[in-house]
Amino acid sequence: MKKDIILCGVGGDGIVSVAKIISDAALALGLYVKQSEIHGMSQRGGSVFSHLRISSDPIFSDVIPEGKADIILSSEPMEALRYLPFLAADGTVITNSDPFVNINNYPDMALINAELAKLPNCVAFNANQIAKELNARGNMVLLGAAARFLDIEFDELEKAIRNIFGRKGEAVVDTNIAAIRAGRDAR
Amino acid sequence: MSKVLLLGDEAIAQAFIDAGGSAINSYPGTPSTQITEYVIKSKEAREKGVVANWCANEKTALEASLGVAYAGKRAMTCMKHVGLNVCGDPVMNAAIIGTKGVIIVVADDPSMFYSQDEQDSRFYGHWAMIPMLEPSNQQEAYDMVFFGYELSEKLGTPVLYRIPTRLAHSRAGVERRPALPQNKLNYPSDPKSFVLLPVNAKRLYRDLIDKQPAFTKSSEESGFNRYFEGTDKSKGIITTGIAYNYLLENFPGGKCPYPVVKITQYPLPFNMLNKLYDECAEIVVLEDGQPFVEEHIKGFLGKGKPVHGRLDETIRRDGELNAEKVAKALGMKVEQGPAVPEVVTNRPPALCQGCPHIDSYEAVIEVLKKYPEGRVFGDIGCYTLGFNMGAINTTVCMGASITMAKGASEMGIFPSIGVIGDGTFGHSGMTGLLDCVNEKANVVIMILDNDITAMTGGQPSSANMKLFNICKGLGVDPDHIRHIVPLKKNHDEFVKILEEEIAYNGVSVIIPQRVCIVENKKRIAANK
Repeated sequence: MKKDIILCGVGGDGIVSVAKIISDAALALGLYVKQSEIHGMSQRGGSVFSHLRISSDPIFSDVIPEGKADIILSSEPMEALRYLPFLAADGTVITNSDPFVNINNYPDMALINAELAKLPNCVAFNANQIAKELNARGNMVLLGAAARFLDIEFDELEKAIRNIFGRKGEAVVDTNIAAIRAGRDAR
Repeated sequence: MSKVLLLGDEAIAQAFIDAGGSAINSYPGTPSTQITEYVIKSKEAREKGVVANWCANEKTALEASLGVAYAGKRAMTCMKHVGLNVCGDPVMNAAIIGTKGVIIVVADDPSMFYSQDEQDSRFYGHWAMIPMLEPSNQQEAYDMVFFGYELSEKLGTPVLYRIPTRLAHSRAGVERRPALPQNKLNYPSDPKSFVLLPVNAKRLYRDLIDKQPAFTKSSEESGFNRYFEGTDKSKGIITTGIAYNYLLENFPGGKCPYPVVKITQYPLPFNMLNKLYDECAEIVVLEDGQPFVEEHIKGFLGKGKPVHGRLDETIRRDGELNAEKVAKALGMKVEQGPAVPEVVTNRPPALCQGCPHIDSYEAVIEVLKKYPEGRVFGDIGCYTLGFNMGAINTTVCMGASITMAKGASEMGIFPSIGVIGDGTFGHSGMTGLLDCVNEKANVVIMILDNDITAMTGGQPSSANMKLFNICKGLGVDPDHIRHIVPLKKNHDEFVKILEEEIAYNGVSVIIPQRVCIVENKKRIAANK
């Protein structure tokens, strides 16, 4: 088993939390994990990404080579396109369709949707809207939608959420679990 | 023990605690910050009485470590690569002393994710003639801290420990070891050993030279440097640190057909390099950084068998290494996904909405409209992003805002305005301000006080709550140390203060004071 996942979005939207949950679940299953992320100045509303690799065999590089990612999981539609060079020929893009507009020259959404539509395997939906109804964050809904591509049992992701958010209280755990379930059921 | 998921930085921090470290003194600098932060937040470290401090700068931090070593205890100082320049003095002289029990961790930043250059710290270690460690993965990062302290104490030398961004900021499962006790307080056995009077220093420098064969022997025998046999001897490959992973990534199961020397410890293991050279038709050097090893083995004249790497641009000289670059260097096929569609636009980092720096810069921009010949000398911090607003003209190195403003004003640039944050002012702005006072420079220095070292994620700022008294103490006329709260509603007042201080012929300091918006949110959440 091997999954190479590019997680991407805009600084501050919590993609690193998603990476941590998947990593935690994978480690609990005895899989090898490498997860690389970018901190610091790049977080200030700029484009951010994390490389997550899980495998039953030892992993070498901390970063995924171009053309090798099984999944691009993006919290923002334009950001999903930015990392396409990493996508494998049979890879899948799972992205939020709701744009985060913090720049003046954000492109026309019709053009972005047209590019997403060209991809052979793409799941695009408004995760923010689903999250809002649950008072949760879009990134967790996206994680739920990505679950079936991960080769990790859904229960294991829930366990990881309990593990990571447990110290923040039961309410936070419940909200996040509800969000990943909603993401799973949405797609 | 079961594995814990740790960043490379965190693996080093946990190993410091587990290896009986007594004190960690550092200055924040991405990508090294998370090491010291981890120890500061560690309950385990607190219970063991481990001292964990953010210091004013890298020099004060490393000197504190020398004091810890004087007491016979294990010390660590962490910094980013450019921070090593700031503490170059104690690094070189700690080497002469032969300081035991000190690990200097330096996080280099190939590709400049967070930095203004790509300098490779291994040149410093080589220059200082001390052993260096460069782990290839998170587990080695953990294990090599234990080894580094043994090496340092056994051979009487500080150890330079180099990691690149990709190891610092990448997580993997790490297995911990049983914890060691801290060393007992123990004074140096030789009373002269910490006194670098020329008479002692000459002897100690000779000692350092005489230790070199022992350093090399350790590199050859410790087991961290490895020679892997290969069947295809058309190429021999040398990897340093994480470059090893990028090599193996290209072969199924990591089975590389070429002989490989994997280097994670320096001085270079000459026996292994000689064997590789003798056995193979040509050499390819893979390093994530500048061509340190390549320069060494190629020599000035480049005679002998071909040696390829970054020097001859077989691998692009700038930017971080990766598996694709290695594949190309070895003549292998490289996969590519779809190109980035043209519609995708850049999304550069920007100052946060509500950031106090925005209000400060808006005042500066307005005032400078009247002075097209005036210039604003910037510094290192979040406020460097003011360049994107058109608010600053320079950013060079920590503290250079004040000193460049002084130099430029003395050449007739008027007004010369220096802009520096409170954290950077504590790091290396104070001495520059003293220069301004002594020379009666006609400058306006703005110290943007957001109550925190913001860009590295919110560490305390060393000059916090002391800015007025520091400036006054350095000799700035208190009438020309002005405070303002940078808010939209105070814009006109801010502009007026700036104009008044530009009109004053002498050293003015303006302190816009409002807490970082991100930090403020954290504080509100913490008080809930």
